[in-house]
Amino acid sequence: MTIRFLFATAATLALAACGGSRADIDQTGARPDLPDQRQTLLPPMKIATPEGWNGEQPIAPAGFTVTALATDLKVPRQLLVLPNGDILVAEGSGGSAPTLRPKDVIAGYIKGLGKTPVKGGNQITLLRDADGDGKAELRTAFITGLNAPYGLAYVDGNIYVAAQDALLRFPYRDGMTRITLRGQEITKLPGRVNHHWTKALTAGPDGSKLYVGIGSNSNVGERGLAIEEDRAVIWEVDRQTGAHRIYASGIRNPTALAIHPQTRALWAVVNERDELGPLLVPDYMTAVRPGAFYGWPYSYWGQNIDPRVHPQKPDMVRRAIRPDYALGSHVAALGISFPAGQGLGRGFIDGVFVGQHGSWNRQDLAGYKVVWIPFANGRPAGKPQDFLTGFIKGDHARGRPVGVTYDPISGALLVADDLSNTVWRINRRER
Amino acid sequence: MPIAPPPARLLHPLHGVLLAWPVALFPAALLSDITYLQTAEIQWTNFSAWLITGALMMGAPVLLWAIVDALRVRHIGARRRHRLYLLLLAPMWIIGFVNALQHSSDGWSSVGTTGLTLSSLSAALALAAGWIAHGGYREYRP
Repeated sequence: MTIRFLFATAATLALAACGGSRADIDQTGARPDLPDQRQTLLPPMKIATPEGWNGEQPIAPAGFTVTALATDLKVPRQLLVLPNGDILVAEGSGGSAPTLRPKDVIAGYIKGLGKTPVKGGNQITLLRDADGDGKAELRTAFITGLNAPYGLAYVDGNIYVAAQDALLRFPYRDGMTRITLRGQEITKLPGRVNHHWTKALTAGPDGSKLYVGIGSNSNVGERGLAIEEDRAVIWEVDRQTGAHRIYASGIRNPTALAIHPQTRALWAVVNERDELGPLLVPDYMTAVRPGAFYGWPYSYWGQNIDPRVHPQKPDMVRRAIRPDYALGSHVAALGISFPAGQGLGRGFIDGVFVGQHGSWNRQDLAGYKVVWIPFANGRPAGKPQDFLTGFIKGDHARGRPVGVTYDPISGALLVADDLSNTVWRINRRER
Repeated sequence: MPIAPPPARLLHPLHGVLLAWPVALFPAALLSDITYLQTAEIQWTNFSAWLITGALMMGAPVLLWAIVDALRVRHIGARRRHRLYLLLLAPMWIIGFVNALQHSSDGWSSVGTTGLTLSSLSAALALAAGWIAHGGYREYRP
């Protein structure tokens, strides 16, 4: 009775606190409009509850075909294409944040409504599509028994896996379909609490360094700042010795990393903070400047102070730099991939794909798609264009994109979908 | 000389036991709010959030019981007392509920002037309700 009343009242208040996009506000590109902060008793919320595809598929631009490379995976997150064209899929669910407040119970329940009931596989699955029909004929449990694997990288005969608490190396020979050896631990990764558990990974341009994205342990420091040591940072890890240094900080949740194929710069997509209103704070994509501080938790998008952090640190706020390119508030960017060579053909050669998992903290669903952002001279040069849509139908979500990966061998884009537990493959239609 | 009868009891003993929770927890939440504002140690606002939630959970049946009593009791003196009690209890619970939402904000925003004000009001109303509830009332002789 009490609980039901609480929920009913909560729903009413949420509606009262409604909010979403506004025609006069553009939150993509280098200079997003930032409205005033709006802290409400209940944050604006809308959860798209899951619904099956029922034979339908995501929608790509004309001239492209979409196939399900593999279905019935166990929460696929990030992908890696091996030199022989085999595709690895990291499957898992991490995080062990204890309940500190009544809010944690309720928010966990509400956000859970928009997730798959499938349990994370804690494994890496190998997919092989030798005949190129867009459907994997071979599927094996490549590495099992991992602790919430997420980021993947291949360098020089080794596969690197960023589990939620450690960076592991697995020696690999061309054509292998299973690795039973235990991984060698390159370095431990910050793993306490793991409010944001996903450890993004990419190899540096010369292969000597690995970059690991480590998300914050809270929305905005509400678990205390002691637990935020070595969080909201990108580590640069020496591939041989495992020694690491902080490459960038104050970068709230860097969920995916990629190297630009021409400039060789490290890029990240980053999820920004919640509960300052439906139109704050825009998630972003940025070339990561070594040594830079991106503001979290003290400020966002440069020097915009977050009043929820106390005591405030004006000296840190002064140091905070602006990211390069806003993607929109609460879109939850979780994937980034630059195509190389001829990319996906005309219109999709120079630019980047960004996978957006989708929002909860606004009344109009945002994200839930893969966008293409054109580049010129190594910098973003235009507005995001929808590339893969159809994940939302009515009030329901049929899928939620996570990792996106360009496959240089087939010339296709691969998209991991952790709601319908599918890997989608989008390729030019054969002429 | 006849001995005066003891004052009539307003509440069922179980009602009294349940009422003890909001009477204790709302003022405790006020104290932990004050401590948070003085120390910025996050555990104190977490304490407040649980204390307020506990007060609301145990306070809900108290409130329902009080509503039933206020409607049902026929005796004039008792009814007056019951209504005054309800008049303190209902805003205590409603303000406490709003305060629970306030305390679900993150970090420094979880208390602030609003949270402190709401905590003070629900604490004061809980203490007043307890006072009225346990005060007894005079029997009117026909």
